[in-house]
Amino acid sequence: MAYFIQQLVNGLTLGSIYGLIAIGYTMVYGIIGMINFAHGEIYMIGAFLSILAFTMLGVTGVTWMPLALIMVLLVAIVFTSAYGWAVERIAYRPLRGSQRLAALISAIGMSLALQNYVLLTQGAGVKTLQPIIRGGVILYATGNFTVILSYIQIFIILLTILLMAIFATLIARTALGRAQRACEQDRGMATLLGINVDRTISLTFIMGAMLAAVAGMLVTMYYGVIDFFMGFIAGLKAFTAAVLGGIGSLPGAMLGGMLLGLVEAFWAGYFSVEYKDVASFGILVLVLIFLPSGLLGRPDVEKV
Amino acid sequence: MTVSELLRVEHLTMEFGGLVAIEDLSFSAAQGEITAIIGPNGAGKTTVFNCLTGFYKPTVGRLTFSVLGRDPVYLERMEGFRIARAGVARTFQNIRLFPAMSVLENLIVAQHNELMRASLFSVAGLLGLSRYRDAESGAVKFASQWLERIGLLPDADRQAGELPYGDQRRLEIARAMCSKPTLLCLDEPAAGLNRNESAALNKLLRNICDTYGIGILLIEHDMSVVMNISDHIVVLDYGKKISDGSPVSVRHDPRVIRAYLGEEAECDPGAVEPGLSC
Repeated sequence: MAYFIQQLVNGLTLGSIYGLIAIGYTMVYGIIGMINFAHGEIYMIGAFLSILAFTMLGVTGVTWMPLALIMVLLVAIVFTSAYGWAVERIAYRPLRGSQRLAALISAIGMSLALQNYVLLTQGAGVKTLQPIIRGGVILYATGNFTVILSYIQIFIILLTILLMAIFATLIARTALGRAQRACEQDRGMATLLGINVDRTISLTFIMGAMLAAVAGMLVTMYYGVIDFFMGFIAGLKAFTAAVLGGIGSLPGAMLGGMLLGLVEAFWAGYFSVEYKDVASFGILVLVLIFLPSGLLGRPDVEKV
Repeated sequence: MTVSELLRVEHLTMEFGGLVAIEDLSFSAAQGEITAIIGPNGAGKTTVFNCLTGFYKPTVGRLTFSVLGRDPVYLERMEGFRIARAGVARTFQNIRLFPAMSVLENLIVAQHNELMRASLFSVAGLLGLSRYRDAESGAVKFASQWLERIGLLPDADRQAGELPYGDQRRLEIARAMCSKPTLLCLDEPAAGLNRNESAALNKLLRNICDTYGIGILLIEHDMSVVMNISDHIVVLDYGKKISDGSPVSVRHDPRVIRAYLGEEAECDPGAVEPGLSC
């Protein structure tokens, strides 16, 4: 029982991070109907930028933790969004209106370019960060096992819930969210109502990148180890989460992320750590075969 | 009363590869008037609309849009969303509502630009500032007035895609009006409507034109609509203008009758489209 609760906590933490990345996939898919294959790299860049920011804060001697966290968060978000914007501007916008395959290939190219750019500038080795938030609360203790909910896990889960609430409000209640949904349904008509479609798409990429930056920072703080290749697997996992939840659906991405995190944690806890990726991608295969529109997605209606 | 010119189309030509869809078309539309564009199928009517609203870039031609009190703008040089912001709204032959949004939301999207400005790009909206809430409630009020007018207020929260066809048509016109245009381009608004509905549509369009003093550009096949409510008719055939004038003069123009009935046609009153006389 104690072991189960511990894996539940671990799974929710991991799921939060997947969920944050998955929102970026699902929003971009919603608005342009294409997968942003460079999104995993955006997340990786977010992680590198946060390690950089943490290091610089250490140098300048900012020691009050809430301030440090906010500053790192801001730095990571601002610079990562610039990368997200650039990905759209370079890899997607020039190909708007051409075949879908073309944009897909250019996105994969973008992904490789970003990976190698970080490899060249930051080196192939891993970067490490000392734990910033230590300690935790003991949830439950039996004779030989203690369930610990660490403060960093609390931080990750709470921040994720907060951001998801903000984004859900943004999409449902604000003019920008309405414009995004309008572009999703009929781009031409949105233009005719005075909506700047290009800008709305750019903002969607930027919003996705912001969340990926947060995910990158949280992962850096949680595991303390990052490298230039981390975006690949995490990106695929988050993509799986988005498909599981129903791609294009925002609550779906959150739900998918959480479920995937839980599955992975339990699989690693009860079966085998080495094969946890098999569990995740097995889910992707099963969902694609038996439930292509995902848990909360709408079945795809062919446009006439 | 002098009518002020709202839109002037000069020498508009649109070619697709070797196909000339519109050739050297010139006409103008005035504020406070309904200008109808008619012509047989394939005459290039919808292409004119596509050039006006930025879907196509005309091969040749100048489209001057001048609202009283503002500098004239040239539509052929502008991006689609800027044309819309300048005050040109449009509906489609095949309805293009946002089917997965509610009826009310469809009308609020049309007021996007005002709301965007009021909400400082949604930052104020996210923080729930009163500045945005006021703008938002103003937008809802404006939309509700339109819903009441077209009789869809009870359906405000239904998904637009669920509405019956005739209601969708009226909703599309209301949505275009919610963007507060000075020129309203309607592509076959009476298509698929029954006699009663199309009579109601006549009244609505005339009413819009007289109340708001905006110009309406109308593509229509239903001659009972065209002849009843238009102030001015432009007739196209194979991409060229063959007649231009008041409904009475157009109705008696031999070139128009020939275009609709063919060169050798016997003048059988039953074969003539209602409203056109031999």
